[in-house]
Amino acid sequence: MSSALVATDLVGRGAREGGRLFREWYAGLTRAAENGDPAAYVFVMGSLAELVRSFDMPIVFPEINSLQTAVRKTADEYLSLAEDHGYSPDVCGYVKADYALQVRGGEHPMGRIPRPAIAILTNACNTYLKWGEIWERMYGTPVAAIDVPGNRGASPRPEWPSAADFERDRVYVEYQIRELIPRLEQVSGRPFDIDRLREVLDRTNRMGRAWRRLLEINRSSPAVFDAMLEGTIYLGVANALRGTAEAADYFEDLVEEMEYKAAHGIGALVDGEERHRLIFVGVPCYPIFRRFYQLFSEWGGTFVSSTYTWFASGGLEDPFEYDLARPIESLSEGVLRGVTRAVNAMLFHDHALIEAIDTFGADGVVYHPVKSCRTVSTGLADSRRVVLEQRDVLCLYIESDMMDKRVVSEAQLKNRIDAFFEGLDSRKLRKGLSGGESAAAAGPLAGSSR
Amino acid sequence: MAYAAGVDVGSTQTKAVVIDETATIVGRSLIPTGANVVTAAEHAFRLALDDRGIPDTEVGFVVGTGYGRYRVEFGDAQITEIVCHARGAARMFPRTGTVLDMGGQDTKAIRVRPGGDVLDFCMNDKCAAGTGRFLQSAAVALGMDLSDLGPAALLGKRAVAISTTCTVFAETEVLSWLGRGKKIEDILLGVHRSIASRSISLLRRVGVEAEVTFTGGVTKNPAMVQVLNELLELEMNVSEESHYMGALGAALFALERMQNSRKDVVKEVVA
Repeated sequence: MSSALVATDLVGRGAREGGRLFREWYAGLTRAAENGDPAAYVFVMGSLAELVRSFDMPIVFPEINSLQTAVRKTADEYLSLAEDHGYSPDVCGYVKADYALQVRGGEHPMGRIPRPAIAILTNACNTYLKWGEIWERMYGTPVAAIDVPGNRGASPRPEWPSAADFERDRVYVEYQIRELIPRLEQVSGRPFDIDRLREVLDRTNRMGRAWRRLLEINRSSPAVFDAMLEGTIYLGVANALRGTAEAADYFEDLVEEMEYKAAHGIGALVDGEERHRLIFVGVPCYPIFRRFYQLFSEWGGTFVSSTYTWFASGGLEDPFEYDLARPIESLSEGVLRGVTRAVNAMLFHDHALIEAIDTFGADGVVYHPVKSCRTVSTGLADSRRVVLEQRDVLCLYIESDMMDKRVVSEAQLKNRIDAFFEGLDSRKLRKGLSGGESAAAAGPLAGSSR
Repeated sequence: MAYAAGVDVGSTQTKAVVIDETATIVGRSLIPTGANVVTAAEHAFRLALDDRGIPDTEVGFVVGTGYGRYRVEFGDAQITEIVCHARGAARMFPRTGTVLDMGGQDTKAIRVRPGGDVLDFCMNDKCAAGTGRFLQSAAVALGMDLSDLGPAALLGKRAVAISTTCTVFAETEVLSWLGRGKKIEDILLGVHRSIASRSISLLRRVGVEAEVTFTGGVTKNPAMVQVLNELLELEMNVSEESHYMGALGAALFALERMQNSRKDVVKEVVA
């Protein structure tokens, strides 16, 4: 087969297949809603999706449903309905969109969402706890809140998980998981099958290996995918289909595609050349998702890494694999590590960011705090200060929202983003890294007519 | 062609500056932006040329800046006002380390390297508190002309504490202080202090590196200059050109481009 044929088959396959898998997942949820099948609601941080999947229950991620309303330009309808019912504009946009979705009988731009027969959540986000109470009040849904011990102190524990208290914390989580199992048996009407759990965990192990390789490949120059745009799509598949053979296959295929791209110098930017390597911090601006990406890509900016792929991947970035010989014990370790790492990736990411700047050869860091979620936004200003002190990079701090387009001002965003790139351009010019461009073309004037 | 120009289309006012080949300002203009941004840009450019009777055919390069920079239809390039203010400030005051630009709807704190390259910047977000708009609201509430606010505030002795951060609600708060019998000059001094403290918060986020150069329309307000100097405990650089700093920076970029193009032509001929 010629290389041209290989390229045609391979390049873009991940995007096409990802879209197909995502649509099929929603089609499955729609069928479950129509059949009245008992569904489990879980969250991306500490989802316990493997345990739920071992009972063959449909899995609903309310956060993904909500962000999809924003991506599909319908979030304002959902947010307005929730606010009509008394929710404040300051309440998490994901919660409000889900509340309105429930009021609308599960109606969603991707299909129909089944009601929660059980909700499983952790304390990774304090809003999860109040969110579960909404379903409890609406439907009497049983809510299993797994208390995951976090950092005791103002920084991640570098000695952890080898510390003595790690095993005590793990056992604490394990007992809660063991208590959850009979409740899942009751709701699903199926007995727990430990071999089935092993099978599901094994698939997540496969997916995790591919996930980590995928993130690593993006160190190549040019980067082979945009970690903010495509990375978010990959996150959707990784969460929604976690523990399935389809997901494991998908990510192994994706690695094949990205390795091909890296070997052939095929970058993430379709219409231009990579000129600036960036790291994204926070949650994307979903109400103008594509445009938000373009505001960077039209300057030749590629997000080579994103903290979103760290804290919203359910711990996949952690080189930890489930021990299939002791599935429940190992699952509890995975939940403990995953939740702790997710919280650390939101609150203590400066060290990881500095490491990423070095390993990915980044020129700039883009901080995107969002009004809807103070959990992911708190501390970004401090992180920016630390990064600026320790590395010679430019940082951009832009605020908008992940759901509410009323607080997204494209003109303001563009102004700041343009100034950021003008600064990056002039810095490259000064450092003599303009790649052969003339002095005038590589300076701020290169930004003309955008 | 002997001249280069910068046109800064701001939310409230449009400024144009024409410079000669030695980067000396030879023409300037300032008009309200109004509803027709394209016309405002053209008009300001014409007025700046008319200052010295320079024909537009003598202008080799024009850079548009400000929110309306893409509507400067005769412009050869567009650059954000953040970068232009930094360049203009560094030209006027070469030891500039930080720029505070206070305009009609936004305030920017910009850290710059010697020469005017931007190191870092911060701006107010989604809210006009701490900008010239806040002063405009106070002027409306007090029935005063905007240009009279600064001199009146300088007469204040006991500044009232303006607690609101909302420009719209500021008007209500000013009225409530009037109702409680406070002197207008003390209320105005409080308004200036409120704006200044928010601006200084932006400055601290990027780091206050002396010298600080104050730019934008609010530089015309003597009370704001005084209050900022007091709170920062330093003397900011302010000049007659501070209001035009964005347009000047744009003109300097235009001149640079014009001269670089000539060098490219010479290189081609020699080659």
